[in-house]
Amino acid sequence: MSDTKVFRIWIKAPADKIWTAITDPEWTAKYAYAAPQFYELKKGGRFYSTATEEMKAYAAAGGFELPETIIDGEVLEAEPPRRLVQTWRMLMDPSTAVEPFTTLTYEIEDSGPGVCRVTITHELTGAPAHSAMVSGSPDAGAEGGGGWAWVLSDLKSLLETGKVMAGS
Amino acid sequence: MTDDDRVFKALADPSRRFLLDLLFARDGRTLTELESELEMTRFGVAKHLRVLEEAGLVVVRRSGREKLHFLNPIPIRQIHDRWIDKFTEQHVTALIDLKHTLEES
Repeated sequence: MSDTKVFRIWIKAPADKIWTAITDPEWTAKYAYAAPQFYELKKGGRFYSTATEEMKAYAAAGGFELPETIIDGEVLEAEPPRRLVQTWRMLMDPSTAVEPFTTLTYEIEDSGPGVCRVTITHELTGAPAHSAMVSGSPDAGAEGGGGWAWVLSDLKSLLETGKVMAGS
Repeated sequence: MTDDDRVFKALADPSRRFLLDLLFARDGRTLTELESELEMTRFGVAKHLRVLEEAGLVVVRRSGREKLHFLNPIPIRQIHDRWIDKFTEQHVTALIDLKHTLEES
């Protein structure tokens, strides 16, 4: 049984723009879960993502409290604008917070004129709760349960049309 | 051919849908593992995998000497968003319709 999941999408945008949209908190706050992600883009650099006000309100309505840092990890390789390897652990849910760090690789390759191929390879050894989270919910109506497929689709929408799918 | 054309064409073949089902059940398999599940030559299976890869439905990753095949759920998700959402109000109904369409074809 493989513990790796792979997600690939083609985006009509230059590689450096895609790189920025993945690594710049101002950009990551615009699409998908809209939680800003902070990267120290060097080997051993820190990575973390913080909860949005909406997430906190949602959690509070459900009767639990979210930690300020909802995802954390460490940068293992950063080669802008082509390759980013990092560890990644979700802290927002007790089931994932107790699991080991997973390894996430982003690859951005030129695929044709003005088009890049973006591939996420997520190694999820010993992390079944993470695996379920990032695979998304089978319920197509559950936006927040969309996992990487949803995140990448929204990234594509934002870069190609200037608009996100969420809330549209 | 557009991306959608490639995906629909790839999904139009029962052996290729079966290969996707196999990868859905267990991801990251080699050609040899997949081949043992089909009554088809190695060449035939490789050809089908190539069509799936060109449509973006399968991604090949190298692991040491092995080439592992992974299911990429994104193209089907995009087809869903583009073609299913548009014509139906209810997601649940849409998925059932899709199931029936695929089962009949």
